[in-house]
Amino acid sequence: MARTDAPGPARRRFLRDVTRAACGLSAVLVLLGIRTESSRASGVRLRPPGALPEPAFSRACVRCGQCVQACPYQTLKLATLASGEAAGTPYFVAREIPCEMCEEIPCAVVCPSGALDSGLPSIDAARMGLAVLLDQENCLNFQGLRCDVCYRVCPAIDKAITLTPESNSRTGKHARFLPTVHSSDCTGCGKCEQACVLEQAAIKVLPRELAKGELGHHYRFSWLEGADGKS
Amino acid sequence: MANRRQEAGRDALAVKGWWRSYRWLLLRRLCQVMVLALFLCGSWSGVWILHGNYSSSLLLDTVPLSDPLMVLQSLASGHLPATLALSGALIVGGFYALAGRRLFCSWVCPVNPLTDLAAWLRRRLGITASASLPRWLRYLILALVLAGSLLTGSLLWEWVNPVSIAGRGLIFGFGAGIFLLLALFLFDLLVVEHGWCGHLCPLGAFYGLTGGAGALGVTAAGRERCTRCMDCFHVCPEPQVLRAPVLDKQSPARIAGRDCMTCGRCVDVCAEEVFKITIRWSSGAKDE
Repeated sequence: MARTDAPGPARRRFLRDVTRAACGLSAVLVLLGIRTESSRASGVRLRPPGALPEPAFSRACVRCGQCVQACPYQTLKLATLASGEAAGTPYFVAREIPCEMCEEIPCAVVCPSGALDSGLPSIDAARMGLAVLLDQENCLNFQGLRCDVCYRVCPAIDKAITLTPESNSRTGKHARFLPTVHSSDCTGCGKCEQACVLEQAAIKVLPRELAKGELGHHYRFSWLEGADGKS
Repeated sequence: MANRRQEAGRDALAVKGWWRSYRWLLLRRLCQVMVLALFLCGSWSGVWILHGNYSSSLLLDTVPLSDPLMVLQSLASGHLPATLALSGALIVGGFYALAGRRLFCSWVCPVNPLTDLAAWLRRRLGITASASLPRWLRYLILALVLAGSLLTGSLLWEWVNPVSIAGRGLIFGFGAGIFLLLALFLFDLLVVEHGWCGHLCPLGAFYGLTGGAGALGVTAAGRERCTRCMDCFHVCPEPQVLRAPVLDKQSPARIAGRDCMTCGRCVDVCAEEVFKITIRWSSGAKDE
């Protein structure tokens, strides 16, 4: 093949233009690709048991995925570039696969960095999130039916979720059994959300900082004298 | 007379035969594939040799291994990692510091085959450099990565680190990160020759800084045989490190530049057998 070693100006210009076009195109591809991926992300993302509070967790986690490999139920996933969480950090979506609350907490045991606290005394002490009965308008128990599924599947039944009886004012002679979540015992495992029979779960597990309110620190409740009036 | 870039290695192939002109390249690919296979065989066959990924892992359920730059970022961001991750970083950092400069880059890093492919295509297609970057940029980026972690209190670099993304993608499946790797490939292919590994990667910069006194290295021991065909300069991802040891008879024959990856491609493509991979202080490595 006879070709001169020094490219002519036309070839040089062509190469330069092709290069620029390809770079522009790839930049657009990257942006579009990431955009598409992030629009696909759905469901509330929760951290594994024993996770440090959010900002500390993402700086402690070394993105090694050992917790993902240790989970026997394929609950945990690694965030990608477009997930919203820091890329490479673990999460789970309760509605898809909730935490099965293994007694040995294998995910936390293998964490090399301390992002998941392996010193968690038991899985019942985990606080992955807090279940909230968000949609009372569609919850079957609030309609006066006996669904109770979230209550029945709760690993901490009668502690984390109880049924509060209330008279049914629509019929005037029946009771409604209202699922009630207690933040003191809810681990945020997500079994209630996964099991909810509605098309969209009426009960959802939210990150605790999203689910919990915070009382003004000057408030004192007179009925809580023992704790200096604090709840 | 200098050979053309497209034909780098042709003389070696004719003189030394196929095996000896591809030996180090093949051994390197084998090493890269084997490391990946150690990660994958657990989830594929249930035989766990390496848990985790390139960022942090556990060898045979006992030896912790961690990416020292990852742990440094975590430290800079204000978190003291648990003993397992810390000792893993010391083991990995210590190993590469003792073994030799940037061995990780050419023998382990999952991004290396991608950038090598881009560089090979560049030579084959005769794509000439359309932009250039200073080689010290990676040290600036390394400093910025650590300063960024310190200032923001987060692992800033890990949002985009292609090394982590490639490692995670290969082991756990690719997400949107594949687009970033595609962009990196096109950048190397069309914009800057050896753009990523040779100019930008802060992890490579880190290993370059720590591995300078390592045992393994390349020596231009037979440089009096050099015919100045320039084949080694054409294939070397860091050709600036070859200049003095090969061309300047006054300078030591050992390649001292901290950017050398000890990849051995110069050994492969040199028909005159100028280069040798040697252990420091062994007889072959003595400066003439």
